[in-house]
Amino acid sequence: MADQTFPIPGTLDVSPSRGVGLLEWLRSWVITVDHKRLGLLYIVYALVFLLVAGGEAMAIRIQLAIPHNHFLSPELYNEFFTMHGTTMVFLVGMTLIFGFGNYLVPLMIGARDMAFPRLNAFSFWMSAFGGLLLYFSFIGGFGLYGMGAAPDVTWWAYAPLTERAFSPGHNTDYWALALIVMGFGTLGAAINTLATAFCMRCRGMTLLRMPLFVWLMVVASADTLIVITPLTAAQVMLIIDRYLGGHFFDTQAGGSATVWMHFFWIFGHPEVYVLILPAFGIASEVIPVFSRKAIFGYPAMVAASVGIAFVSLSVWAHHMFTIGMTSVSNAFFALSTMMVGIPTGIKIFNWVATMWGGKIRFATPMLFCTAFLFQFLCAGLTGIMLAAAPWDWQLHNSYFVIAHFHYTLTGSFVFCFFAAIYYWYPKIIGRMLSETLGKWHFWLFFIGFHMTFDTMHFVGILGMPRSIYTYEPDRGWGTLNMIISVGGLVQATAVLILVWNIVDSFRNGRLAGNDPWDAWTLEWSTPSPPPPYNFATDPVVYSRRPLWDLKHPEDPDWKYER
Amino acid sequence: MAGMSAMPAAAQGALSTPSILAPASTPAHEIYSLSQFVLVITGTIFAVVGGLLTFVIIKFHARKTDAGHEPAQIYGSTQVELAWTVIPVLTVVVLFLTTARIIFAIQDAPEPQSALNVTVIGHQFWWEFRYPKLGIVTANELHLPTSSNSAPRPAYLQLLSADVDHSFWVPQLGGKTDLIPDHPNQMWIDPEVAGVYLGQCAQFCGIEHAKMLLRVYVDTPQQFEAWASNQEKPAVDDAAVAAGRQVFESEACANCHTITGTSAHGVFGPDLTHLMSRATIAAGAAYNTPANLRSWIEDPNIFKPGALMPAMQLSDQQVDELVAYLTTLH
Amino acid sequence: MSTISIFTDENWRLPSRGRVAMLSLIVGESAIFTIFVVAYIYYIGRSTYGPTPQILDVPWLNTLCLLSSSISILAAERAIERGRMRAFAAWWGLTMLLGIVFLAGTAIEWKRLIWTDGLSIRTNLFGTTFYSLVGLHATHVVVGLLMLSLVLIFTLLGRVEERHAERIQVLSLYWHFVDAVWVVVFSVVYIIGR
Repeated sequence: MADQTFPIPGTLDVSPSRGVGLLEWLRSWVITVDHKRLGLLYIVYALVFLLVAGGEAMAIRIQLAIPHNHFLSPELYNEFFTMHGTTMVFLVGMTLIFGFGNYLVPLMIGARDMAFPRLNAFSFWMSAFGGLLLYFSFIGGFGLYGMGAAPDVTWWAYAPLTERAFSPGHNTDYWALALIVMGFGTLGAAINTLATAFCMRCRGMTLLRMPLFVWLMVVASADTLIVITPLTAAQVMLIIDRYLGGHFFDTQAGGSATVWMHFFWIFGHPEVYVLILPAFGIASEVIPVFSRKAIFGYPAMVAASVGIAFVSLSVWAHHMFTIGMTSVSNAFFALSTMMVGIPTGIKIFNWVATMWGGKIRFATPMLFCTAFLFQFLCAGLTGIMLAAAPWDWQLHNSYFVIAHFHYTLTGSFVFCFFAAIYYWYPKIIGRMLSETLGKWHFWLFFIGFHMTFDTMHFVGILGMPRSIYTYEPDRGWGTLNMIISVGGLVQATAVLILVWNIVDSFRNGRLAGNDPWDAWTLEWSTPSPPPPYNFATDPVVYSRRPLWDLKHPEDPDWKYER
Repeated sequence: MAGMSAMPAAAQGALSTPSILAPASTPAHEIYSLSQFVLVITGTIFAVVGGLLTFVIIKFHARKTDAGHEPAQIYGSTQVELAWTVIPVLTVVVLFLTTARIIFAIQDAPEPQSALNVTVIGHQFWWEFRYPKLGIVTANELHLPTSSNSAPRPAYLQLLSADVDHSFWVPQLGGKTDLIPDHPNQMWIDPEVAGVYLGQCAQFCGIEHAKMLLRVYVDTPQQFEAWASNQEKPAVDDAAVAAGRQVFESEACANCHTITGTSAHGVFGPDLTHLMSRATIAAGAAYNTPANLRSWIEDPNIFKPGALMPAMQLSDQQVDELVAYLTTLH
Repeated sequence: MSTISIFTDENWRLPSRGRVAMLSLIVGESAIFTIFVVAYIYYIGRSTYGPTPQILDVPWLNTLCLLSSSISILAAERAIERGRMRAFAAWWGLTMLLGIVFLAGTAIEWKRLIWTDGLSIRTNLFGTTFYSLVGLHATHVVVGLLMLSLVLIFTLLGRVEERHAERIQVLSLYWHFVDAVWVVVFSVVYIIGR
């Protein structure tokens, strides 16, 4: 079954009749408006910065491995952890979701390209430039302590620490400007995704027949519209304060530090849902295929995703339980935060039910998605613990919180995107990644991840706060920190194996063919890699799994779907 | 007088780890109880769902023998999906009601007459403590009396900031509350057992946030009275170290520091009137020894690079005299 | 082996890309304005010194012009739908004129505030929030006018035809949005805030 290809009537040969020179090849990548190329540019950009931010994390962990260490100066440490967070959220997270979204959404809905190809290119280059501006800060100026002027105020950059009075250097300016520039790119990508999914679907593909990955990209993009823009607004206000003498966050003039907190977290919390929703979409594509069953409860999955997006807009002040809000406010946000666990839990149950009664093949994508299920369950449960506001009064700003959000970001987001790489690399490149190296990558990363982040919960419970460049030897945190750091080394090794796998399989991987996984969505009906025009003739679909219908004409999905 | 520094100069042993699992005050106990309850519920959920997942992985693993047929395709089940929506909703209701009760119990607890009022002012990178009704001003090391059910004397802390956001966190005594400029906050603790409790600033406040440490000395009521009455006195005025006092008052020290009874009334830095009653200097960055004092005065960057106290550019003799003077300030 | 059968299905209608994109942009922009409006409202009366909102004069004429421009742009839309290109150009030009009058009025107001009343963005919290919010809106008017002028130039060159009516409608959506935001900003700054 896996080797069968489905004839696309009249596949056109559009390869050029002569080879292209290096300059011409580079130029083609710079001026491209093809969603597949732009998607690949986003993904490669993200992977490069994954390595950079991972390096920052390793430096942080070396510094914290023993108390009173002198590997990083306080200033450099503060820059590194700020940049680690900012890079991972914006330069890795957002670019990965729009990278895979760009590549897959048109293919999955049977379209030729995104709705606005030139806007697509504009969005990528804005995002790319913003990220480079952010990193230019390391070298663009001596800063105040001779360590460059990279942002050093944490990724949430609370005012009034970020006001001119307390941050006279350019560090904060790089943070605000780079993210504003990237924000334009993100906005463009979100608008494009929405227009594509609503307006470019092939015949027969009603909204309720779209693949779940497309649905989750739609929900994430809609969320992005109202979530990234508050951050842009707050950063504009900060720049007005810093450069035009404004008083938005000037507490001596009537401005308020808590207003920054509200505005930032109104962005910051839904932002992490924007990140995780496409990861859910990936899991919703991979788990059914490798369990050999349709996703359990498609309509509920759609409803739960929309529900998560809505409820996540009402929980932001759970980052602010300690700032002295009234007991009624604290209670409200505790409730809304607990409530967001309900649709999230429903999704976990649906994935498990998909696997129930299946015939599960544990190829590398499925290994990553299975680990994701365990880890996301834990992440959700530690989230419930943090939602219990009084407990949060202890856990807030401690290493417990860092452990929680790394469980969601590394343990869930990154695991799902690693699954996506193994799953769709054959489609994108035309060759399979090595399954052996894949398994090494998985197990090492899994072990390292748990070594680091399970331990981190405990060191937080023992009272270790975050954002500290060192800690006292008499607090009893030394051994645990050493374990956490060693786990980081193990994860780093695993990621290097992935990089080698990607590079080596480019030439030496087994040829993939159209449909190496025996899957059911439209992208698997094209050659690998797809031709520039995607589909020679517009597909027509009758169910959520068009290729299942073709492979099982005696028992097609449209007889059973509700 | 010597008894005042009888409090252990360095915290040792189990008390050193500021664990939230070792509560020593009512708010910390309430949080601990809530945490146990939540842990039981989340633990159950983990066992059930994790167990199901493990079962599924083992039982439905593809065997080599069944290549070729696809398994039965199940698209959904309204009953099952309803059940696993209702149960989480009920769980959330139970969790929320329990949580809300604790929120109100801690935040809205009425302040009794016998409460000890302390004003905490956060600075970059040190803590200022004022006891308004006792007329005491000190820094970095907070002294509180024990409180019991029979003789309640909770400490009500008013939290202010002189510059940026900080957060007061001593895990064994209670949850943390932030110090935000122009946004006064309030918290209370009622420690039961005498001892030293460690904590530190828990909201990133700049380059030396990591070294803005906290010590809370919980004294017996007698010890506390003795400490307080000593703190209320003006600074020791020992004629033998008049040279050092002269250096202090004439050099820029007086711009930032206060020593009551002298002409130094600066408020930018910690009050040094009873400096020798403290076990540490620089908000816990170093122990309070003459050698450390000397290094600190010569160049604060040795212990705390980026601290806001400048290197004073004094001659060796001036520093010697200064240290001799400061070490008399019990 | 089976192939996908293709039959024409005239019932397959999807929304227009331009409309969906413009509506999405409007949603995003609304979020930005909401944040600035919330900041403005929260900070009413909190300036610790300096001029207060009482020094503001209600800009009735400006508002009338801007709101009328929504009507004139609607007339322009109707004209191009019917292929009446000269009427379209006239209504379009009137819309732009009204927009320019609005901006000029804002400039005059600001000149008075800065030079006579001594209110600038750095004077106090009121100045900061006032100029940020009204300025953000004025920036959007400027961007709108730039787009409108591009269309006007193309119209005068004879390149715009009846078949472009839908694109004109999409652009008009943006202009209507700018107007709607002014209703909110006007109410918050000049009515509620004073």
